[in-house]
Amino acid sequence: MATKGIRIEGLRKRYGSGDTAVDALKGVDMHVEPGEVVGLIGPSGSGKSTLLKSLGAVIDPTAGRMTLGDEVIYEQGWKVPDLRALRRDRIGFVFQAPYLIPFLDVTDNVALPPMLAGLPNTEARKRAQDLLTALDVRHRAQAMPSQLSGGEQQRVAIARGLVNRPPVILADEPTAPLDSQRAMAVIRILNDMARKYETAIIVVTHDEKIIPTFKRIYHIRDGVTHEEAGEGRGFE
Amino acid sequence: MISLAGRDILHAWGKFVFTGVGLGLLIGVTLVMAGVYRGMVDDGKALLDNSGADLWVVQQDTLGPYAESSSLKDDLYRTILAMPGVARAANVTYLTMQVRQGERDVRAMVVGAAAGAPAGTPGTPPYLVAGRQFTRGHYEAVADMATGFKLGDTIRIRRNQYTVVGLTRRMVSSSGDPMVFIPLKDAQEAQFLKDNDAIWQSRRRTEANPAINRPGASGVLDAVLASQSSNNFVNAILVRLEPGADPDEVARTIYRWKRLTVYTRAQMEDILVGKLIATSARQIGMFLVILAVVSAAIVAFIIYTLTMDKIREIAVLKLIGTRNRTIAAMIMQQALALGAIGFAVGKITATFAAPLFPKYVLLVPQDSIAGFFAVMAICALASVVAIRMALRVDPAEAIGG
Ligand SMILES: Nc1ncnc2c1ncn2[C@@H]1O[C@H](COP(=O)(O)OP(=O)(O)OP(=O)(O)O)[C@@H](O)[C@H]1O
Ligand SMILES: [Mg+2]
Repeated sequence: MATKGIRIEGLRKRYGSGDTAVDALKGVDMHVEPGEVVGLIGPSGSGKSTLLKSLGAVIDPTAGRMTLGDEVIYEQGWKVPDLRALRRDRIGFVFQAPYLIPFLDVTDNVALPPMLAGLPNTEARKRAQDLLTALDVRHRAQAMPSQLSGGEQQRVAIARGLVNRPPVILADEPTAPLDSQRAMAVIRILNDMARKYETAIIVVTHDEKIIPTFKRIYHIRDGVTHEEAGEGRGFE
Repeated sequence: MISLAGRDILHAWGKFVFTGVGLGLLIGVTLVMAGVYRGMVDDGKALLDNSGADLWVVQQDTLGPYAESSSLKDDLYRTILAMPGVARAANVTYLTMQVRQGERDVRAMVVGAAAGAPAGTPGTPPYLVAGRQFTRGHYEAVADMATGFKLGDTIRIRRNQYTVVGLTRRMVSSSGDPMVFIPLKDAQEAQFLKDNDAIWQSRRRTEANPAINRPGASGVLDAVLASQSSNNFVNAILVRLEPGADPDEVARTIYRWKRLTVYTRAQMEDILVGKLIATSARQIGMFLVILAVVSAAIVAFIIYTLTMDKIREIAVLKLIGTRNRTIAAMIMQQALALGAIGFAVGKITATFAAPLFPKYVLLVPQDSIAGFFAVMAICALASVVAIRMALRVDPAEAIGG
């Protein structure tokens, strides 16, 4: 058993109760190792967002078990008390739309999570700038989000997701608004970052262009996952 | 940690400044309103201070001479002067009317005071900024600068012309009208002056009365006619006490001997503030309440809208681990900033606008301080609705469907 990365076993999620109850997840098993980028694909309504929200600690699963590294964060109705700190320190989020904070410049958008974690401003900004350099948007560090191109915004959002060096990154359709070249660039960045920071990354996607890049893919259908080997093209 | 509120304000400064200025004008009006009230109280106190009196002797059972009319015989002051503890006593009349000067007329309080009296006699103007006191018994006047009259101007009070020989400052009635001092005799005449027809008719009636117009006693008719056309009433007797005399004690003595109502300085102030301007004060109070409610509604609405526009960002902030406290503080700080901008604009507006008002507007620092805290409290309260909404935002919304 891995001592790092994320692992879920028998995860269930039921929305509502009685006649109107919806079983969105019906016993999901999944594990992502540090440094690994896995794809999560499935048709509409299959439970992708529900799974992501459970992993992201913003909704409570109904049953099952989740471990982050060797720490249990959810087990059969029990969960770690401070989910907010868990999200802040251990999970990075990257969304379909970048959702940058419009009133903060690029540096402070990226520096915000470490600042929230209590790092001094200068140190947080230093960390942000290093990451912006790695993601090739350092030259836009003083710009406001509205002044960036879509691809630049997405890279800044990725930087924000990575900046606290979380062991897990959840990416929801991160390439949807991008053309294939930019989409491939984002996937390359995620792979680089996964390797560099030993991060476990889960990418929810419909995007045919990037599916062949995953070495491992989870298919989800009707709330149940099936693991299969991907083509793993281009990232050996 | 950076100030999220500060950054958002800098980002959307146009909105904040614009709203802040609007709010500021409201706050300015509020401060001026408070100033109008303070001005009225101060006018009242100036009236009492400048009268130079320690006691006001007025007609029995009246609240005269300012809040109610009062009339006394003008020879009573001599008896009062003889009472122990009394240093000075002087007759005075008050009559608010239009005073003409050339083409214009000015609303003024015409005060009849002893002519040629020694300095410090109550009722006479205590200090002059120009010219001299009136010395002649007739047709000279001392006017307050607020009337706009100049030395040497000829003014008209009822049928008589007066020359302005002296100017005073801040001599006003309790309703803020500037004072014009004229000799007592003239003032008594002005107060009770009848028109020519009335005099003529009254003379005819008296002549037709056989009890007065008796053959062989023509002196009786003349004496009666003379007493009818002259007026020997005044509105009040102002008393200056000897040093160390107890005002209440002297007041009791005057009441016991002359059966006249006597007010001390403190009682007179109560009458002016508590009775004469009490209704105006309540009126102003109502306006203050309305302005406070309107300001609160504006701030609440603006902060709510600004927060509504940020729902998505707030969900993201929560998702990446921002405390509720930090988000609430962000919204509250924005409301307070709006209040601070508004207060600054309001204070500046009020300071520049106050002198433009026709009546005295007195801006006192305590009102500004109280106003500042009221604005801050209102803004904090107004942000509660927006804060409640922000705290209900689910971080899951950031992830979407
Ligand atoms: N808050 C909710 N209350 C009740 N049912 C819900 C709720 N959220 C999702 N569901 C249901 O759970 C199931 C899984 O939904 P989910 O949003 O996870 O699907 P998805 O795979 O993300 O779909 P899509 O690709 O369309 O986004 C669906 O049947 C959906 O109707
Ligand atoms: Mg979805």
